[in-house]
Amino acid sequence: MIKTKLSLSILGLAAALVAGPALAAGGHDTKLPERQPWSFAGPFGKFDRAQLQRGFQVYREVCANCHSMKRVAFRNLSEPGGPQFSEAQIKALAAEYKVKDGPNDAGDMFDRPGRPSDKFPAPFANEAAARAALGAAPPDFSLLAKARGYSRGFPLFLIDSLPIPGGAYQEHGPDYIVALLNGYSKADDPNWNDFMPGNKIAMAAPLADGAVDYTDGSPKTLLQYSRDVAAFMMWAAEPKLEERKKTGFRVMAFLLVFAGLLFYTKKKVWADVAH
Amino acid sequence: MSGPSTYVPKSAIGRWFESRLPIMGLMHSSFVVYPTPKNLNYFWTFGGILSLMLGVQIITGIVLVMHYTPHVDYAFQSVEHIMRDVNWGWFLRYTHANGASMFFIAVYIHMLRGLYYGSYKAPREVLWILGVVIFLLMMATAFMGYVLPWGQMSFWGATVITNLFSAIPMVGESITTWLWGGYAVDNPTLNRFFSLHYLLPFMIAAVVGLHVWALHVSGQNNPTGVEVKDVKRDTVPFTPYATIKDGFAMVVFLAFFSWFIFYVPNYLGHPDNYIDANPMVTPAHIVPEWYFLPFYAILRAIPDKLGGVLAMFGSIAVLAFLPWLDTSRVKSASFRPVYRVFFWVFVICGIGLGYLGAMPAEGGYVIASRIFTVYYFAFFLIIMPLLGLFETPKPLPASIADSVLARGGSASAAAAGAAHAPENK
Repeated sequence: MIKTKLSLSILGLAAALVAGPALAAGGHDTKLPERQPWSFAGPFGKFDRAQLQRGFQVYREVCANCHSMKRVAFRNLSEPGGPQFSEAQIKALAAEYKVKDGPNDAGDMFDRPGRPSDKFPAPFANEAAARAALGAAPPDFSLLAKARGYSRGFPLFLIDSLPIPGGAYQEHGPDYIVALLNGYSKADDPNWNDFMPGNKIAMAAPLADGAVDYTDGSPKTLLQYSRDVAAFMMWAAEPKLEERKKTGFRVMAFLLVFAGLLFYTKKKVWADVAH
Repeated sequence: MSGPSTYVPKSAIGRWFESRLPIMGLMHSSFVVYPTPKNLNYFWTFGGILSLMLGVQIITGIVLVMHYTPHVDYAFQSVEHIMRDVNWGWFLRYTHANGASMFFIAVYIHMLRGLYYGSYKAPREVLWILGVVIFLLMMATAFMGYVLPWGQMSFWGATVITNLFSAIPMVGESITTWLWGGYAVDNPTLNRFFSLHYLLPFMIAAVVGLHVWALHVSGQNNPTGVEVKDVKRDTVPFTPYATIKDGFAMVVFLAFFSWFIFYVPNYLGHPDNYIDANPMVTPAHIVPEWYFLPFYAILRAIPDKLGGVLAMFGSIAVLAFLPWLDTSRVKSASFRPVYRVFFWVFVICGIGLGYLGAMPAEGGYVIASRIFTVYYFAFFLIIMPLLGLFETPKPLPASIADSVLARGGSASAAAAGAAHAPENK
């Protein structure tokens, strides 16, 4: 009996061992992005307001020339948990944009200055127009930080979910964006990128040292720009991130205390029963 | 198990009502005095947890529907509207999306518990089959729910899965067109999936009602697999004993659930589903949600399309025949040393298939999928029927009470129990 059991366990173990490395060898065709020091990572993470404001500056001065951000409204920039510009700043900002409205009483569409409640106007009238002008349609910015990512593979990806140091990691999207912006490694091929799946990217390197003029004394480097804009994109994709994590702490604290009380009540109730 | 109700209403109104509709008596006999084996471990709390999850999904789902638009042009937009502009919308949606995963975690534990302790064996065959029906309904509901946000994975997942039906000889193409409501996955498909996604949970609730009814007729199995002999010695009343224990387990499970909602809400999802559905662009890898991966691996392990589809549906259908495939007289794996080993290999095999389902179908992955698929079916169709004939089970305790006393350290009770063993199952 023991012999059967032993040989069976060995068989199972052997199967697992043979299968394991064979599976792991599946490999990645592109490099894995590096983890960045995000202020908003982890259960107590919060966005860095100054970083979001700088990231918005990068978006506005560089990215917005080609990329739309259709799900974000001007007013969102002044809401809690975001870059938190003042309402006056947002009014002034929105007024700088022209928004198509109408039809008016005469039945005509007309341009008017933007209002805080408007969504960010797109740089191109539609996808076809963008493709005609640029050769490829640039993806919308609103959700990109959640629509991109990478897996560290089995078994490391499991750690990304756990409540341990280095775990509870959800920042693969922004990591990927930073890596991509810094991944133009071939001087002779502007469309080569180390991190793009397949290594071919339609967008040539959009940022370089000194491209955006920061006024708060932050370094004007490519790495700084890419981190700032990736943080901004994470906020644009998940504007309720801070509210979510803050609520989470209260919920977890309540549930753990409640579970503790129930555990001791359960012990008391069962104390008189052998089980 | 539950005899005639012993419920006596305290008030005159209560007595008046009870003589006309004895629903309070039904509640009383089902959830208060209902005898539960006193040796149940925490794996027996997952039934309660699953009822809780069904409630959570229905409630969050009903509120989400108030803000969702089932149309190819607006579905994705309306989900983002929920995430950004609806008060607590992010909470509702993350709860509902992760709730589906939690539902499956709980149901897999619940099913494996049944498999380990032989809960599908007489007299609980109907109870088990109702469970298989619930599992099937859950899978259909979850699949259609995943399509509703109309992201890239929603669209392509729907395309891949509905295309499976085209493997049916002769009528396959017609059936697929009928399912789609057109010649491709499009607005009619989204609309009917939405309609069915709203209907199926209530069907699940109805079958859960039957499942609980059947449970309360046959009584719960327990870790020894020895049936209740003496209600006084072997069982405790549901309230307060099971109520408090289930309550504690539910709150612990909710804490686990909350971790995902608040801290890693997108961990179990796929980034591609944050991209609008686009019929012109196919994602690099189309993968279903994690809870379908083992079955997806089985589908892809078979080189023939129809064969793969049959194997995939067969892998679930085989569960319904379990009560007759297992020939052992003994229920609990605690007393089945050989079965126990095969059981754990089966668990590893299931996890392995899940991993393989997420990998591209090429090279070593396919070979490994085939090995695991063979084991999956062999476990049910060969190992289970033969093992019952050849395995020598360990001696069973005479009763639940005896096994409890034995664990309490009373050696004599254990010996007495062992001596009684062979004729009991």
